[in-house]
Parts: sequence; C-alpha cells; structure tokens
Amino acid sequence: MKELSVFDIIGPIMIGPSSSHTAGALKIARVAKMLAATKIVKVHFKLFGSFARTYRGHGTDRALLAGILGFDTGDYRVRDSFELATEAGIEYTFEEMDGETDYHPNTVVITITEANGDICTLRGASIGGGEIEIHELNGCNVTFSGKNNAVLIRSKDRPGVIAPIINLLAKHKINIINLNAYCEERGLTGFTVVEFDGVLSPEVVKEISNQPDVYSATFLKVK
Amino acid sequence: MKHGLDFTNGAELLALCKEHEMTISEAMFSREVSKFGADHEEVWANMEKALDVMRESVRDSQKGDLKLLGGYISGESKKLLRRIERKGALGGMISRASAYAMGVLELNASMGRIVAAPTAGSSGVLPGVLVAIDEEFEFDDESLVRALFNAGAIGYIISRNATLAGAEGGCQAEVGAASAMAASMVCELLGGSPEMCLAAAGDAISNILGLVCDPVGGLVEYPCQKRNAMGVANAIISAEIALATGGQRLVPFDEVIAAMYNVGRSIPYQLRETALGGLAAAPSVKNIKPGCATCGGCK
Repeated sequence: MKELSVFDIIGPIMIGPSSSHTAGALKIARVAKMLAATKIVKVHFKLFGSFARTYRGHGTDRALLAGILGFDTGDYRVRDSFELATEAGIEYTFEEMDGETDYHPNTVVITITEANGDICTLRGASIGGGEIEIHELNGCNVTFSGKNNAVLIRSKDRPGVIAPIINLLAKHKINIINLNAYCEERGLTGFTVVEFDGVLSPEVVKEISNQPDVYSATFLKVK
Repeated sequence: MKHGLDFTNGAELLALCKEHEMTISEAMFSREVSKFGADHEEVWANMEKALDVMRESVRDSQKGDLKLLGGYISGESKKLLRRIERKGALGGMISRASAYAMGVLELNASMGRIVAAPTAGSSGVLPGVLVAIDEEFEFDDESLVRALFNAGAIGYIISRNATLAGAEGGCQAEVGAASAMAASMVCELLGGSPEMCLAAAGDAISNILGLVCDPVGGLVEYPCQKRNAMGVANAIISAEIALATGGQRLVPFDEVIAAMYNVGRSIPYQLRETALGGLAAAPSVKNIKPGCATCGGCK
C-alpha cells in the first residue's frame, strides 16, 4: 500500500475545476510529451467516456495541451494553453469518441507528430484525485503510474537483453522501484519499463541504448 | 519532536497524542517528517505555501466577475456576503466563511488556482473556515499552518480507512470529509483537546452521512458550491458542540468512518459522480449542455 503524505490530502495546488478531469489530464499529457525526442509539431487527442462527454466544462482540453507544453498543475498558463500552443507552433485537434470500450471511463489517446516526422502514441487514464495510469505506449500495452521517473527501453525480444541494463543501473546507483517487460511481437520486439528513484544523465541513457540488441531508450522525467 | 511516529486510525492517533503529550497537528507533522525522511523546514514551508494559495483563492474569488466554465453558478458568494450588512439570519463568521467557501468553488469553476483539500469539489471548506476564523480571532500564521496539519491528519485517516472520492463514496466522502477536517481544525485552534477534535470530526461526518454526489452536467459547480457552504457551517457547529460538551461520543470516530465507508459502498452507481441520478437527472437540468448558460457560441 502506498503511504499517504499530508500533501496528498492538503493538495495538490491546481488550476480547477477537477482533480481527475483537469489536473489528471494534464499529468497524462506531460508523460506523452516526454516520448518525443524532437520538437512536437502536431498533437491529436482522442477522448473517451466521461472525458468525451464533459471535457469542455472541465477544461480538460486546455489541461491536456498544457501537459504537452510541460506546465505544472498549478500553473496559471494552463488557462491560455490554446494560444500558447499555437505560439509554440503546435497544431492540435480533439476528437470525441462514441460508443463502449473496455477503457477506463476517463481515458485519452494522445498521438504526437514530431518535427522529424516520427509519431508516438500514448493511452492514459485519470483514475481519481489527480492520480493517473499509463496503459499503452506506441501500440504496446503497459501499466505504470507516471509517478516515478522511468526509462522505456525498446529492444529485441530475446533472453538476457535486460540483464546488462540492470547491471548498468546498479553501477550508477539507481534504485529500481518497478520493472516490467512486455513483448510487442514475440521473438522480435520487446518493451521494458523501469521505474526508479533518481535521475538519469543523458550519458547513461545513451549507454543503455548502446547495449546489445537495444533499439532505443527514452528517459521519462516526471519529478 | 519525537521521530518514528505513525498512526493508522483515530484510536492510535489519540494514544500517540496522550503518550507524547502532543496535539493532533504535532503528531501529523512528526509523522510526515519521520515517514518520508523529509526536512522539517521543507515540510513546514510546503504547508505555508498551501495556506498562501488558500488565502489567495478566497481573495481572488471576490475580485471582479469570474467567467465560469459551466455557467450553472455565478456570483452567489458576493450576494451572501452582502447579507451581513443587512443582518441576515446567520452570524457574521458563519456568513463570511460560507460565502468564502462558495467563492472558492466559483474560482475553481473558472479555472482559477485552488488547493484540492481534500478534493477540488470540496476545496472551499478549509479556506472558507480558515480565512473567516482568522478575521474573527486574529491568529498568527504559525497557528494556521498547524491547523492545516490537524486537518490533514483527519483527511489521512479517512482516506486510509474509507475514501475521499465522490465516485466511490458520494459527497459525504468529499464535502463530508472536508467538513470533518475543518471541524477538527477549528477545535484545535480554539484550544480543544485531541479527543474533542475527533469528536467534532466524527459529528461532522455523521451529520452528512449518506450524502450523494450528483453534479449537474457532470461539472464541479451545482450543487457542489452550496454544499461547500453547508460543509463550513456543519464544521463550525460540530466544533462548537465538541468544545462545549467534551470529547465523548456514543459512536467513536473510527466507527463513524467505517459507517461512512459502508454507506458509500451501498450508494447506487447513479449517485456517485456519474451525473445519472439525483439533481443531475432532474427534468429542469438534464437536457442542458454544460456551458450553454454562458457561452452563447451557437447563437
């Protein structure tokens, strides 16, 4: 069980009106922003369930864009994120999705297009009180809270790929909180999410991506 | 201050306060420092920041006209404040505290900045009570920061043993919890013992037991805003009763929280933040789209 801090009760400091539909939405988009390696030029939000029905009245749209811009939940600029996104050269669209899905009722799918033409996608849910869960990254099903710093590693799916990475993190005194391995295509592509305490320098991220059979490593700095 | 202190419910909190001769706010402050290895000054400064934002939210809510997202509410706070000059039926302090709480909900609905305490939907209760009681008794800032640790202890126990989410437990878990937190906080500010604080918090929840969450249009506006005003009055009444009658209650605090959780679980899905039942399904409002009252974009 997660230990509650007094600031989980008296907090967060946030732009209203809703911890799930405003603050939580922003946090999901802030994780998505970090998937992009180069400048973001376009972003598309697919809104599901309660997000689709009530997003305007909750400022969910502005909060999502604010997350893409990297703002904090208590930042007054959340209110002006449409204008600020346009100024930053980011094109944005929202799509209300109808019908039943298996997704959590407060779900958004975010598709980001980067300046170099790369596309990344993320599906996240706002599960209450500003807490979030990430459920899909670039087409691969995952589960993590977006609460801890994490590194996403795409690699060949074969035994032993993860071991040198763990050794490397140990060498840099990184304390692992959670590690999950998923396979995108059995025997072909594997996907590993490692959550940890501390911060990775760009050099360590590079070291990870240079390991045998590792295709890419992305550092998600959420705190 | 002692380290390594922790508690999981009201009974343990009282035992701790008794053993170390400390107040609830001191117990919660030491728990935070020992549990998370955090720096004393940093923990204190973070709570000072929360107090600042709460004060600012009351102040900002009384400036100019706010543009609200849903448009189901607007400007009720100022109208209630004006009643004080005409000697309305409420006393001055409850009048102001309720009006401030409503103002914070208006600010929240206009994408203003608030402290979720414990949630955005119940974010008016603590600032409303704090600002008004400070105007009445003129506390120093240190007392007000302490008061927030006291309130945090009550919220923590409710979250740990029940829930603070309207989607799980109805409005009793949001405005009810905020009201219990405020009741205990007022009790300590006015010199009440830890037993009195828990009695006040228990009474505040008991008075709102079973209240459903039925936001019109699914938005945090109506009836949330007025329920925050009610939560303020309920908190002050509960604190005064505890201060007048002592800490004993027929049903102890922990059992009230257990009852609140069980009641919450038996509230039908339609009445837990889904906007499918209660006031949200009333004929006059069920077909209004959020924002229609103010936006006028389609005209």
